[in-house]
Amino acid sequence: MYDFLTGPMLWATFIVSFGGLLVRSVMYVKGLSWQLDRVAYRPQMKYGIRGGLRSILAFIIPFRARLWRVRPGFTLIFFAFHIGLLVTPIFLEAHNVMLKNAFGISLPTLPTGLADVLAWTCLAGGLFLTLRRIAFPEVRIITTFYDYLLLVITVMPFITGLIARYEMGDYNFWLAAHILSGEIWLLALPFTKLSHVVLFFMSRMQLGMDYGIKRGGMKGTDMAW
Amino acid sequence: MPEGKFCNKTPINTEEQLKATLGDKGGKQYYEEMNHLDVDSDKLWAAIQKTMKSRTKTWLEICAHCGLCAESCFLYQVNGRVPEQVPSYKIQSTLGVMVKKKGKVDNEFMQMCMETAWSKCTCCNRCGMYCPHGIDMGVMFSYLRGLLYSQGFVPWELKIGSGMHRVYRAQMDVTTEDWVETCEWMAEENEEDWPGLEIPVDKVGADIMYTCNAREPKHYPEDIAEAAILFHVAGENWTVPSEGWEQTSLSMFAGDWECCKDNVLNVYAALERLKPKRAIGTECGHAHRATVIEGPYWAGRPDGQPPVPYIHYVEWLAEALRTGKLKIDPAKRIKEPVTLQDSCNYVRNQGLKNVTREIISYIVEPGYFVEMAPNREHNYCCGGGGGFNGIGLYREQRNVALRKKMEQILDTGAKLVIAPCHNCWDAIRDLEEEYKIGIRWSFLKPLVIKMLDVPEHLRPTEE
Repeated sequence: MYDFLTGPMLWATFIVSFGGLLVRSVMYVKGLSWQLDRVAYRPQMKYGIRGGLRSILAFIIPFRARLWRVRPGFTLIFFAFHIGLLVTPIFLEAHNVMLKNAFGISLPTLPTGLADVLAWTCLAGGLFLTLRRIAFPEVRIITTFYDYLLLVITVMPFITGLIARYEMGDYNFWLAAHILSGEIWLLALPFTKLSHVVLFFMSRMQLGMDYGIKRGGMKGTDMAW
Repeated sequence: MPEGKFCNKTPINTEEQLKATLGDKGGKQYYEEMNHLDVDSDKLWAAIQKTMKSRTKTWLEICAHCGLCAESCFLYQVNGRVPEQVPSYKIQSTLGVMVKKKGKVDNEFMQMCMETAWSKCTCCNRCGMYCPHGIDMGVMFSYLRGLLYSQGFVPWELKIGSGMHRVYRAQMDVTTEDWVETCEWMAEENEEDWPGLEIPVDKVGADIMYTCNAREPKHYPEDIAEAAILFHVAGENWTVPSEGWEQTSLSMFAGDWECCKDNVLNVYAALERLKPKRAIGTECGHAHRATVIEGPYWAGRPDGQPPVPYIHYVEWLAEALRTGKLKIDPAKRIKEPVTLQDSCNYVRNQGLKNVTREIISYIVEPGYFVEMAPNREHNYCCGGGGGFNGIGLYREQRNVALRKKMEQILDTGAKLVIAPCHNCWDAIRDLEEEYKIGIRWSFLKPLVIKMLDVPEHLRPTEE
């Protein structure tokens, strides 16, 4: 089982997941239309790129955009969740050992204590994000079963990973569950709303180009995101 | 049921149709007919497939349902923060469902969409600034309006408004003759006080071609006279076109994209005919957006620019004051608390936030200008944007919407509001009528004229 999950299944997962995300990005750009979107992408590329980068930076740097400043509580939870989600798996020592065995390369690794903190932060963030969906009417009305399902798919690798890491119960079972849930998450990326891992950048870039070209950029007044 | 006499899928294209529809007072029969109007699902789905590409499709798909857009919407704020006013909910429950059902929706659904699109969103685009994914619900509602319009589900006034543009190429029944006569009349009316005042029509090769909002010749022609006076005092070489003078677009509010294109091409044709160095539009937000910001795209201009540099009135005024073409008598500057309404259509949509404040620095005594909070691109809609002001069916909802601006103005403590946009001006007037908070409101032109330092040779000779 373990050999299958870390062998052919892992390869298939990577190909489908990363290949799928690449396809989605390419399709996004191909589907842009200067006339339908009413943005002169090509002729005003310089203004567009500038606006697009401003737009992305404003939203990936905590407290940079006005949105992040007016909602400090949410901002902390949101960034903690996403940082934990991205940083932990990439720099986890155990993952890098696998990488080393397969390709002979590895990335810098997180000290175990920090990795634990990040994983727990991510879980706590996920819990808060779930609770606010239930607690706030303005979030509840737009929340669907699908939103909860995606949250579960996203945090499951962390739950199973932590259980395995603390060696609670049957280690081999939880390790297999961890790998499987991680693969489910990766496979879900291109086919669900989780595609925002790349489409966030596409969408932000597009609106940033809109602002940079049409809505102020060419007048020399940058929008204060 | 087959389509109604007034409420149908065919745009108003003749004067006869227009007058008949206008004759249906308040749209009584029109809305009755709407209850029986069929949805052409195949056509609707075909239109969606053809026009819904990356941007809108992705926006609908990746909306994380986080609810951060809620507080960004003034309609959510003034309507008791009911969840039905959350921007994401508004668009997902209308356009989102329409797409999910591949256009197979019924009359009741379309009427709900109409109400949402025209009474729960003014397309102010503020939510777009507060969505982490950069989803602009205003843009999507504008798109939805187009789909609704093509199926005949559009408020009566906007069906007429777009018909007006189709028949007269103006949002009101102002013909070329009416327009030219109004210009002549206004020049005559004011030449005693302003010797040498002219409103030159169809002058080829002038520095400036001036365009306006049809409300001006129709309801307040003094606005045209004021523009003329300021150009005159500034010594500008200017003209107005006899055709292509109207730069507003109720068709943009209605979602009648074909008509939008026709209108803007009409203005651009005037530019090509008269070959001015640049064009200047009046103090109007949506007119500027229609002719200068979105217009080039409707007209199929790949660079997104009008044929000649085309600026908003505030840009010209700031320039005239900066370069000394117009001089302000310091003794006549505004010496009372005054605030400024930032129009969504040229501030959030074209970044003209600093020039208006530059104008303020010339015409207001230091210390008297009070900013609204929030302001500039974060300012709230006047409450009546996107056609909301003019729709009788939604008057009550519009009056509630005005409360946000009322609160903002009251918080400044100012009794005078400068509103360099027709629509904002109207909304603030209605707000005073409705809530009687004791404020005055003004365009820039009359204020500036009152405080001008007029050069000796332009003054009337004393007899």
